[in-house]
Amino acid sequence: MNNRFLTGEELPFCKGCGHTGIAEHTEKALLNLGWSPLDVILVSDIGCHGIVDKFFTSHTVHGLHGRSIALASGITAGLNDQSKKVIVFLGDGGATIGMQHLIDAAHNNFNMTLVIHNNFLYGMTGGQPSELTPMGFKTPTLPSGASSEGYDICDLAMAAGANYVARIMGIGDFSEALATAFSKNGLSVVEVLEVCPSYGMKANPGMKLRQVAEEAAIEVKVYADRNHKSWEPPFLTAPDSLFSSFDCLPAMFTSSIEKPVRIMLAGSAGEGVQVAADFFAQAAVTAGLNVTKKGSYPVTVGVGYSASELIVSPDPIFYTGSPTPDALIILSNDGLSFARNTASRMENGEIFIDASLPVMNAAVSVIPIDFRNQAGPRNAAFYALFRYLTHSGIFPAEAMKKMIGESKLGAKINMEKLFQLP
Amino acid sequence: MVQAGADVFIGYPITPANLLYAYGSRRYPLFLSAPDEITTLQWMTGFAATGKLPVTATSFPGYALMLESINMAYMMELPMVIILVQRLGPATGTATCGAQGDITLLNGMISGGFAIPVMSLADTQDCWEIPAKAMQMASRLRTPVILFTSKEEVMTSYSYDISRFSGISPIRRNNWDGSGKYKSYRANEQLIPSFLPVGNPDHQVRFTASTHDEEGNLQGTSKAGLDNSTRIHQKILKNMAEYTYYELDDAHDSTTLILSFGITSRAAHEAVISLRKKGVAVSHLVPKTLLPVPPVYYEIASRYKRVIFCEENYTGQYRQIMFGYSSPDHISGVNSFGKMIDPSEIVREVLRDE
Ligand SMILES: Cc1ncc(C[n+]2csc(CCOP(=O)(O)OP(=O)(O)O)c2C)c(N)n1
Ligand code: SF4
Repeated sequence: MNNRFLTGEELPFCKGCGHTGIAEHTEKALLNLGWSPLDVILVSDIGCHGIVDKFFTSHTVHGLHGRSIALASGITAGLNDQSKKVIVFLGDGGATIGMQHLIDAAHNNFNMTLVIHNNFLYGMTGGQPSELTPMGFKTPTLPSGASSEGYDICDLAMAAGANYVARIMGIGDFSEALATAFSKNGLSVVEVLEVCPSYGMKANPGMKLRQVAEEAAIEVKVYADRNHKSWEPPFLTAPDSLFSSFDCLPAMFTSSIEKPVRIMLAGSAGEGVQVAADFFAQAAVTAGLNVTKKGSYPVTVGVGYSASELIVSPDPIFYTGSPTPDALIILSNDGLSFARNTASRMENGEIFIDASLPVMNAAVSVIPIDFRNQAGPRNAAFYALFRYLTHSGIFPAEAMKKMIGESKLGAKINMEKLFQLP
Repeated sequence: MVQAGADVFIGYPITPANLLYAYGSRRYPLFLSAPDEITTLQWMTGFAATGKLPVTATSFPGYALMLESINMAYMMELPMVIILVQRLGPATGTATCGAQGDITLLNGMISGGFAIPVMSLADTQDCWEIPAKAMQMASRLRTPVILFTSKEEVMTSYSYDISRFSGISPIRRNNWDGSGKYKSYRANEQLIPSFLPVGNPDHQVRFTASTHDEEGNLQGTSKAGLDNSTRIHQKILKNMAEYTYYELDDAHDSTTLILSFGITSRAAHEAVISLRKKGVAVSHLVPKTLLPVPPVYYEIASRYKRVIFCEENYTGQYRQIMFGYSSPDHISGVNSFGKMIDPSEIVREVLRDE
């Protein structure tokens, strides 16, 4: 295989199109730098410039309009190999529709080079203006000329953190400028100003590229040249094992329940409802039961209610929806507001409600208990579940005591005291 | 999935997929938080092009943004698994409410109506086995695979018996090792092209999402190009039998079949138990491979006088996919919107004419 980057076939662009020069000077720059084709991955966007991949002998990846930078970012990250060169070809159209990706690639400083083919318009779709079309520049769909300035994409790339940013004039031999960009570490961005004869020239007869740039005060210069750290994959050296966060729970206790029992615990955010329910669920497993558990809380997790629905059953549990519970435990005003509807639907079972709350009317017995005062608001959920277990006997409260005692929480909660409370 | 060989989890947070994102950040050898879902899918495709197996999890709003990019990965024939945790739509809908409302979308998400594999999970055993199989399928068939789940599955904790989980062996990727010129899209008799990553020092690799021939060159509407595109659809159909998973609980003498999947299959399971206690014989089909609809489901359905589709969506999407918008009289549905289907609703439908 020869070492050329272009196949040598005639490039597919209109006569005089600036894209031809970019392809040819890219090859020249890469040859001068001593790269070989199979160390280079050319990622191209959708647009006239993108149909060039067939003519390159490097690896080529041709994706979606505007997404080439993100695609190439993934390739760069996946390769994680400084001995490979990732180059992205995209138009002013692709660069602007995919602006998020440009900012993001600069911000991460992915190790690759973006070559923005800026011909001030969308070539492939018929010469519509882009956001980089300079004031007054006409296109076939905008014969009166753009009425606002295009923005400076180099400024943006620089501000977002790209190591190297430059704008060059796509006239004559600009391979050296491309080579400079290709040799930089981290993200390098080159915006090449060029002409689309078929639409740009036609809509602006006699236009001169230099003159357009000058009138629009588009500067040809190096914006940034720095050597900040390029992206490195944050490999997890010791990822969690699948089961490490919870040990296997052997059955140590027994339960004599013969059918599923559903419990709803409803209290306030920040008062340990979910944690207490977790311990309850784990304890039930050690009593040889099947368990499911789900939490309910508002999206703003720090305020309002916090509730947990638990099902314990000697048989496998299938349906985990919320028919009315067998036991409803209400710990606070927030919990009461959340559970009021559930309470009114209950035809069997019991409601345990904190003694501070108004006594409610229900078809089942409502038992007021001084959860909060006795145990303190932070421990009320634990205390309530202990009380419920002793009261109902569905499985030994001892199981929950053991679960908590063996956890980090064991040292923080005075369980003997909770246990001895009335 | 990590045990099966997933290399990287890339995500953008969204309720109710956040737990998977959090899990991914601790469990995967590499975890990347992308700035949006389009980027997520593009990065994943980039990783896949270099030979890595990427995973993400999202919900409809994020999935919608991914759509064009999933089509891209599909056309490029690059493997990945996308976990779709369904929530209540339309649009932002209700983030904290489950649903099974995106089946029609999945069925038609590839422009051209091409098949993309969609797998669903019914219980903890499936949670252990099916994702690994999805990963294998993605890798071997060179395709994105969708894991179809919902809020109530992902945000409910279930106890399970760890001793029932058997080992998962890592995927062996069969990269091309032929002689002569490598062509990125030259397919074998299974219609699967063998893989080489970009950046390899020996052979040029071309990936493209535009209509292309077996070398990956742009084709317009040439025969070579169109043949290659339709091959991708045929590739999925041809190999699906190997990845068709379902459970059929067939009651002797039953004339009614309940068909349900995912979270709803749990309610249906309970309904079946209570019906049988009452002496009503009823059978239950739980598809795990949802799409493309495996032909065997039609064969199974044809054995019963009545088929009842239970699904947590408003319109009966899977029923429509299988039996059309105007389904025959013996096909009916139990549907719900904004709440899980209760076993009693299924029981009622089974007993409707009794
Ligand atoms: C999502 C999407 N929107 C629109 C298009 C149609 N489209 C194709 S190329 C293009 C613009 C191309 O302009 P530019 O990126 O500047 O490249 P050029 O053709 O000038 O080289 C557009 C809008 C598309 N392919 N995809
Ligand atoms: S239409 Fe314009 S941009 Fe496209 S190839 Fe022709 S000259 Fe180049």
